[in-house]
Amino acid sequence: MSSREAVLRRIRQATADLPKDPVSVPRSYLRHAPAVVPGDRSAAVALLVERLTEYGAEVRRSAEADLPAAVAGALAAAGSAVVPAGLPDAWLARWSGVVRRDAPPLTHAELDATDAVLTTCAAAVAESGTLVLDGGPGQGRRAPTLLPDLHVCVVRGAQVHSAMPEAIGRLAPARPLTWISGPSATADIEMIRVRGVHGPRRLTVLLVP
Amino acid sequence: MRTALFVTCLNDALHPQTGRATVSLLRRLGVSVDFPPRQSCCGQMHYNTGYRKETAKLARHFVDVFGAYDEIVVPSASCGGLPSEAYERAAQASGDAGLLRDVRAIAPRVHELTRYLTDVLGVEDVGAHFPHRVTYHPTCHSLRATGLGDRPYRLLRAVDGIDFVELPAEEECCGFGGTFSVKNGAVSGAMNGDKARHVRETGAHVLAAVDNSCLMNIGGRLTKDGHAVRPLHLVEILARTRADGPLADMPVARNGALR
Amino acid sequence: MSKTFMGWPAFPKAAETATADGQLRANVRRATHTIRTKRAALVDERPDWQDLRDTAAALKDDVLAHLDTYLEQIEEKVTAAGGTVHWAGDAEEANRIVTRLVQDTGETEIVKVKSMLTEEIGLDGALAAAGISARETDLAAAIVQLGDDLPSHVVVPALHRNRSEIRDVFVREMGKHGRPAPEGLSDDPEELAEAARLHMREKFLTSRVAVSGANFMVAETGTLCIVESEGNGRMCLTLADTLISVVGIEKVIPTWQDLEVYLQLLARSATGERMAPYTSTWTGVTDGDGPRAFHLVLVDNGRTRALADPVGRQALRCIRCGACMNICPVYERTGGQAYGSVYPGPIGAILNPLLKGADDPQTASLPYASSLCGACNEVCPVKIRFTDVLLELRHDIAEGDAKVKHPAERVALKAVAGAMGHGALWNAAVKAAGTAGRLVPKNAQLPGPLRGWTDSRALPDIPEESFRSWWKRTEGGTK
Repeated sequence: MSSREAVLRRIRQATADLPKDPVSVPRSYLRHAPAVVPGDRSAAVALLVERLTEYGAEVRRSAEADLPAAVAGALAAAGSAVVPAGLPDAWLARWSGVVRRDAPPLTHAELDATDAVLTTCAAAVAESGTLVLDGGPGQGRRAPTLLPDLHVCVVRGAQVHSAMPEAIGRLAPARPLTWISGPSATADIEMIRVRGVHGPRRLTVLLVP
Repeated sequence: MRTALFVTCLNDALHPQTGRATVSLLRRLGVSVDFPPRQSCCGQMHYNTGYRKETAKLARHFVDVFGAYDEIVVPSASCGGLPSEAYERAAQASGDAGLLRDVRAIAPRVHELTRYLTDVLGVEDVGAHFPHRVTYHPTCHSLRATGLGDRPYRLLRAVDGIDFVELPAEEECCGFGGTFSVKNGAVSGAMNGDKARHVRETGAHVLAAVDNSCLMNIGGRLTKDGHAVRPLHLVEILARTRADGPLADMPVARNGALR
Repeated sequence: MSKTFMGWPAFPKAAETATADGQLRANVRRATHTIRTKRAALVDERPDWQDLRDTAAALKDDVLAHLDTYLEQIEEKVTAAGGTVHWAGDAEEANRIVTRLVQDTGETEIVKVKSMLTEEIGLDGALAAAGISARETDLAAAIVQLGDDLPSHVVVPALHRNRSEIRDVFVREMGKHGRPAPEGLSDDPEELAEAARLHMREKFLTSRVAVSGANFMVAETGTLCIVESEGNGRMCLTLADTLISVVGIEKVIPTWQDLEVYLQLLARSATGERMAPYTSTWTGVTDGDGPRAFHLVLVDNGRTRALADPVGRQALRCIRCGACMNICPVYERTGGQAYGSVYPGPIGAILNPLLKGADDPQTASLPYASSLCGACNEVCPVKIRFTDVLLELRHDIAEGDAKVKHPAERVALKAVAGAMGHGALWNAAVKAAGTAGRLVPKNAQLPGPLRGWTDSRALPDIPEESFRSWWKRTEGGTK
């Protein structure tokens, strides 16, 4: 008997006393953030800003038309930035640093030597201050959002959901997803929170209403 | 209505004054209790150490002794909780279907004392007078297993003259845990040391609780360390009236007494 | 060779040493109280916390009741998404599979994401025996590995170490395994974290094989999920060419949507955060993004043994948040190593005997490593009734199938129960106690196993007149 068969057989023996019907699962938890009325997008956006700021992420609001200036401001201290496919070229028009396109894919060493990354996102969750990247246009593969030390992410108001249950059904699990809730951190040393271990140490969110 | 006192084996042998206070308080509130003399132990130590078949013997004895009573009052949250928490499983372990039926029938009639006062008799102010500084340790069983909630506090706060101070980190276990205190003496002692320190921090002269087992544990530590805080079962406070006056050898809480 | 808990003393003995270590107790106390407080504040802001727990428990019960079909579903979905699924009955087989997979790549140094299961099965040691160096990349796991130490917590494995101890380990050990600690490294947590960043980055950029566990596996989609704080997980999951995820068969959740329940519970319970900084999900392999080869190793190693226990199987709901250990008054005084397992605290006290059987003295001591205070029951996000399982395991040792027995205790308790069940005998015993009470001094040391009581406590006064004697003498106080 293969290990597969052996394990499955042991499971069936172990659960022989249990009814075969599905267990009834209560679902009375909230589908929205406790403090936000369902559908109130501006309250959700305000909560997202509050939570991102709490994490130490920088949040800048920008009108669509002002994005080139906002991007230039967010990347001001960076000499180079990696840019995924599908990100509008116009956003970089006002910035004078070195633009590295990830096509063909940059090597790990090249990414490691790049100061910043600029992306969009797939969704945001206000209650936990979370940005979700799904590798779609303007987001690209995962490595470029990981090795540079500064991540600048453009978030649109319409992408902001108040809580996890509102967001998760809109995401495609077949794609590799990264849920980012503030910059990399650890509390492994005496429970003292230290920002920035392995991922980007700085996160700047450009919020487009 | 026939009401029995199940005093518990620990109170019987080591804390008779708790049983006497229970009788006196209940009588003051118009309840006359019987003390069936064949009663012994609920079997908690056996059950918590894993000996369910031995527990079943004691459950059988409990049913034999108390089966004819309408209500059974117990001045202990842990012993009072055992019939409903453990007897079914003990009966199952011993494969005794008759016992299972009997313990299911008796369990709802067993009442921990403070719950009996607040929920069955519907009283909070029991006419007690106790002009001393008191802190209260909610024992794990009363807090988490039987969910007494704020009942003991309501009873205490209604006591005339009392100077009640809250115990820091009150919800934390004192480290007793029955045979745990012997099997794991080092950890138990460390937990108890912290509990005793918190008790001293309150400046209280009396430490109250609804389980004498835990009080014996904390009191044993306080005594060993040379501190004079007196452990008292809650009912021994509730039983005292203005006619009894203050306890002779204990400072009187002036602020509390003026309330 | 990495250190293991092999031959560890039984809990009471290990705990005696641990409780006497003031530094250890201070470190553990600070850490557990910090997380406790943060957790409590975040739980309070969710009015639906109990509803989330109810759902999380019910979903896991559904998974456990139909684990065979859910695992087959996962296998099908992962395979369809370009992954390869392996099944391992026990630790030895899991280690053999992973070792072979690594050997097939030709690599001799690999990176690891912290995984309790790989600690449980002793994977690092097995790989080392095959000439493969597996480097831990989670900061706490790396502190433990570099210090040739043992983990003491499921979320914060180095919680028993303070900053100066960590600094010393870094300075002494980092250079032996790659980039050395910077000159003049202080014990400032920021500097220590920076030293780890530099040491690890080199490894992330060059390692071609990564080994991980997983927090959740979604049956519906074949998706795996890892929740972490530092970014070392993302590095391993993204930069390696080959990813090997070693996952316990109980880590299943039914649907993608169900993640919303566990992701809302996990970080609040584990670290007192609304979400951990990074959550990664992936399904098989993705063209042009991340590893080109993905292996999922499904491990039983005693889980089906636990599953067969009608009361104990609820322990398999566990999502390894560590909330039970953070609230536990016993764990707070002993730290995690006293439990002699990578799973310490209340979950360790039930999970180890369920996985292995209470057939050796160390494992059989764990169900007694609790005062049954029940604080763990209240914080568990999947509503494990720890005290119910502890009592069931004690029953198994006292009167059931477990191989370890306590004959003297059994005889004593049986004798007491015999006397208690007999009215006249008990009457006589209570009277005798009153007499004995006058003979035993208050500060006496009790002999044998009862010494544990008198080590830190005075004996109670034994009154001359028992309650029953008073009742008889006064006819219930009426005379």
